[in-house]
Amino acid sequence: MFEQLAEKIQRTLKFIRGEGKITEKNIAEALKMLRLAFLEADVNYKVVKEFEARVKARALDQEVMMSLTPAQHFIKIVRDELTEILGGEAKPLTFAGHPPSVFMLVGLQGSGKTTTSGKLARYVKGLGRNPLLVSFDLKRLAAQDQLRIISKSLNLPFYGMTAEKMKNPAEALKELMTFTRNRGYDPLIVDTAGRLHIDEELMEELRLVREILEPTEVIYVGDAMTGQDAVRSAQAFEEKIGLTSIILTKLDGDARGGAALSIVYVTHKPIKFIGVGEKFDKLEVFHPDRMASRILGMGDILSLIEKAEQEADLKEAEEIARKIKKQQFTLEDFRKQLQQLKKMGSLSGLLDLLPKAGPFKKMGNLDVDDKKLVYFEAIINSMTPAERENPRIIDGRRRARIARGSGRPIQEVNQLLKQFFEMEKMLKKSDFQKLMKNI
Amino acid sequence: MFDKLKQKLSKTREIFSRMEQLFQSSRPREELLEELYELLILADVGVSTTDRIISGLRDRARKTGSADLKALLKQELVNLLSSQPAAVNETWPAVWMLVGVNGGGKTTSAAKLAYRYQSQGKKVMLAAADTFRAAAQEQLQLWGKKLNLPVVQGQSGADPASVVYDAIQSFKARNYDLLLVDTAGRLHTYSNLMAELEKIKRVISREIAGAPQEILLVLDSTIGQNAIVQAREFNRFSGITGIFLTKLDGTARGGSVLAVTDELHLPVKFMGIGESEKDLLEFSAESFVEALLS
Repeated sequence: MFEQLAEKIQRTLKFIRGEGKITEKNIAEALKMLRLAFLEADVNYKVVKEFEARVKARALDQEVMMSLTPAQHFIKIVRDELTEILGGEAKPLTFAGHPPSVFMLVGLQGSGKTTTSGKLARYVKGLGRNPLLVSFDLKRLAAQDQLRIISKSLNLPFYGMTAEKMKNPAEALKELMTFTRNRGYDPLIVDTAGRLHIDEELMEELRLVREILEPTEVIYVGDAMTGQDAVRSAQAFEEKIGLTSIILTKLDGDARGGAALSIVYVTHKPIKFIGVGEKFDKLEVFHPDRMASRILGMGDILSLIEKAEQEADLKEAEEIARKIKKQQFTLEDFRKQLQQLKKMGSLSGLLDLLPKAGPFKKMGNLDVDDKKLVYFEAIINSMTPAERENPRIIDGRRRARIARGSGRPIQEVNQLLKQFFEMEKMLKKSDFQKLMKNI
Repeated sequence: MFDKLKQKLSKTREIFSRMEQLFQSSRPREELLEELYELLILADVGVSTTDRIISGLRDRARKTGSADLKALLKQELVNLLSSQPAAVNETWPAVWMLVGVNGGGKTTSAAKLAYRYQSQGKKVMLAAADTFRAAAQEQLQLWGKKLNLPVVQGQSGADPASVVYDAIQSFKARNYDLLLVDTAGRLHTYSNLMAELEKIKRVISREIAGAPQEILLVLDSTIGQNAIVQAREFNRFSGITGIFLTKLDGTARGGSVLAVTDELHLPVKFMGIGESEKDLLEFSAESFVEALLS
């Protein structure tokens, strides 16, 4: 996500780095580049204009223009403003002081509320909570069935709501709360019918549900692919219902994600999670500051480390890190790493988290076909322990044997060795070593 | 028909009433063009298409000396949208596919098309080829019940192509006129899911010569510039014959279809303007632009 926006913005920063002094003229040029990048990423026009005005005002400040590294200053301003728009630090879910907490999901049709309800339930279950799912969507056909099936597949309780019960909503909601409380469920996750923000009648219904259930979280579920309209609908939900946070969905596509900026900007509510796939484990905590770094090409090492911590065997990882520092990284370590990598998800997703400059610059061009990892592993498996420790002993005959053993063409064996040697070289570079010391 | 669209879109007016004021004021041309630029951007037309439209408008205004920028813009947009033939292929029997990303409104749109042709006396059958999403088949099944139409479905998790195959056998045996295939929502970035779509199409073509007659990309009018990428990718894998633009009853303008038509030469064929099976309009460039600018 955000790749194209990131690329355009980085081009702007590169341009400004190339300029010795900051003048009104090159600031104007840089701002124009930024504006286009944002507009092409579907950030709302008005949000872009305000962003531009704020960056401009700060950039033309005497202090910046007189400073020795004006370009660095400019980049810092852009980063500050971007982080500011995206909402600063990550914010956790709010649970009620006295359980049960109620999380209510609202939004337009097709934004992904029901799927997100399932993901959220799974997530809080992982926190040791005991969630109950309910859907107030009595409008869309089979909406109840959908959440019931989801609950079942997640092995979580589901509360069936019917049109009959909802004839007296106040009564039905009270009953639901009593049920939740008596059974000790916490949180109650409430899925609602998708609605247009201009549909007064349905908005009134939501307001009623909100009043009676007093949710701790009213979460706006927004589609990351939304265009300029994102501002209007999110704002209407904020004004008419009142929101506490945002979940952005469908970020596994190639949308440029400008809607994220627009929605946060107009609602002043934090994005707490992002949805990155159709399966129920595809929900990630959102970190605005890290995202700003990623957009500006500064990478997101923290997320990478967290991912590694979640999935990887820590001892093994430390061992590998130690070897990298000592420059004793072997093919055997590479094989172990491949196995851990597989657990962490797709390789291209991981590469996304790396800074686009410095020692990692070349990695952007790496061919990231996940199938290749499987082949690489097969090839390494066909090597003797001695070969894995010291690949330099692998001559032509050994290569032919390895190719036969792994069932891969000999060119692939050559390619693997070549890439390994390149990696070895990269790891020896001083700036990489410096980076490792800091981690 | 114009009235219905206008009425439905009436809630979306505020911004275009601003446009109205703008047209009537007598400010310098460049200033007006600048504001038109902003309005088109806000309607999701996208930077490059907007640039092209505005510079075309500037040229024409210069050439003709016309001060009526509104009429010119309207003409410009209508020309752009009607550059591709939008006629629906209504030869029977026919198999139509609905494809698109998640949450665009494929199932509801399928129900709308079913209702439309059923009302015209056609025998319509539905195939629930979304075997992935929870209760997707049930959703179509309920629509079938509501409209009193047969729905062919498979096991949850079954190969959608096999469901479509079964549907075609039943469709042929019972001599129906129209088979609407509702496919699972998929993001165009997953090549395995796109290949699955290709397979469904292959099965249809193999079983009935000349089918599918229509492959409609269901496009949500609230989507921004990603609409172009979606159209391009779905077209590459399944060969789109037209666009079904949904959710036009909200405040989104669906201006991204201008970019789609401009860059990919794909016609818009239908518009969805509500949640009921009746909320369907055949696309007309004039009424779309009229509604957009009025």
